[in-house]
Amino acid sequence: MAFNISDIRADFPILSQTIYKRPLIYFDNAATTQKPLQVINAISDYYLHDNCNIHRGVHYLSVKATEAFEEARKEIREFINAPSTHEVVFTKGASESLNLVAASFGKKFLGPGDEVITTIMEHHSNFVPWQIICGEKVASLKVANILPDGQLDLEHLYSLITERTKIIALTHVSNVLGTINPIKDIIAFAHAKGIPVLVDGAQGVSHLSVDVTDLDCDFYCFSGHKMYGPMGIGILYGKEKWLEELPPYQSGGEMVKDVTIEKTTYNELPFKFEAGTPNVEGVMGLRAAVQYLKKLGMEEIHAYEDKLLKHAVERLSAIKDMRFFGTAPSKASLVSFLVGDIHPFDAGTIIDKMGIAVRTGHHCAQPLIDHFGIPGTVRASFAFYNTIEEIDKLADAVSRVKTMFN
Amino acid sequence: MTIQEIESQLVDEFAAFDDWLDKYDLILDMGKSLPPIDPKYKTDQFIISGCQSKVWLHAEYRDGKVYFTADSDAIITKGIVSMLVSVLSGQTPDAIQSADLSFINRIGLNEHLSPTRSNGLASMVKQMKLYAMVFKMKG
Repeated sequence: MAFNISDIRADFPILSQTIYKRPLIYFDNAATTQKPLQVINAISDYYLHDNCNIHRGVHYLSVKATEAFEEARKEIREFINAPSTHEVVFTKGASESLNLVAASFGKKFLGPGDEVITTIMEHHSNFVPWQIICGEKVASLKVANILPDGQLDLEHLYSLITERTKIIALTHVSNVLGTINPIKDIIAFAHAKGIPVLVDGAQGVSHLSVDVTDLDCDFYCFSGHKMYGPMGIGILYGKEKWLEELPPYQSGGEMVKDVTIEKTTYNELPFKFEAGTPNVEGVMGLRAAVQYLKKLGMEEIHAYEDKLLKHAVERLSAIKDMRFFGTAPSKASLVSFLVGDIHPFDAGTIIDKMGIAVRTGHHCAQPLIDHFGIPGTVRASFAFYNTIEEIDKLADAVSRVKTMFN
Repeated sequence: MTIQEIESQLVDEFAAFDDWLDKYDLILDMGKSLPPIDPKYKTDQFIISGCQSKVWLHAEYRDGKVYFTADSDAIITKGIVSMLVSVLSGQTPDAIQSADLSFINRIGLNEHLSPTRSNGLASMVKQMKLYAMVFKMKG
């Protein structure tokens, strides 16, 4: 469909407010995206008409809510082209999905002297869980470097692989640099050596068309709230053969088949990994978000966001002493930068007062920020509801920052 | 001057400006008037770490009064540090401990003292009051 920005923005009422006497410009989309009315309405409709605990009642509402819940799972399966719905597990978010795999995979497959490979551009969510489990299992965590432009150093990554490598865990898209990693190639390379690959897709699904079957990844994790859906809901896609083998992460209701005083047998996939009453409102919201994205088209979204990115790079590059972090040729629509030696906190505070929401600091990727030897960056991350005019205002704000602090 | 008098003076200075950017220009100026901290105190021992910016704070006790020097790696933080130092430095431990620092709120800078802002300022105020308490106990 054609991209009509004013129609799209009408779906996001939060964007039309005024802050500090200026129109709000929201460029913190990599932290969380705003939610369209369709998502907000799906959540309120659920509570107005369908609220019920699912999977266990025989009454009308329970059946209706369960059907909607499982219908949502089907739509999400289709959205990422997973082979089957039982490979789609609902979690609290990407962090929980990543913790689940690290804990369960580690418990079963890691032992002393084994190795896990990750990269220096990971969000803490795909770094700390591995650090913890490797510590527990006396395994080692190896970290692949990046090239100066923010691309993954593939040569270095591949050189880290040994016969002790049990899994490679890496991000699809860097939340600081915007780099889109060539995960399909990496997965093929790893599989040739019999090593599974987990992909942190938290920054991937909102910008790119993701096909987990084509990628052939073993795990793909993402959050609803970074893809225009609600907070507190996320997805773990895992290949059936792995999910069958992994021990449960949490226990409780729903995930069991039979419980006797002596022992418990676990429910089948995906319920084995969905202990307790799930976040049904979150699932309803996420379903609406997926429908919204499908209607716009991921290819169209990517093309439009790329236009925004190019314009931002062009306008910001014109400012003297601009330092970009992450200039890889294949990159999602965000810019991370510093202006000379101006502290990112100073820059961000002034940009905020000009009505523009950007993020400053280490973006939960301290190893990466330390690698650059800087206190942090200013990050402006774009979504399909942003406009060229808004980016012009960002460039003006950054120029103003430069004048103020020089 | 008492803490209240200095606070009122600061509030008046900011009241002259309507636009937030002008208020921040004033904060930057205040940062420039912060007396420099002795480099030997600009170490990890005297650091108050926030996640976004760092503050170094040193305190001395002379003739019943506490004297602070401080610095920050971010200029806005330094400006606010400078205001806090100008309000609390040279005051008695009792006055420092009971200061409510409402001027920050009255100027509209309360967000900077929020613990969630993670710029080190909330911890800095706590640390200044702690120094006052310790000096008082030591007499």
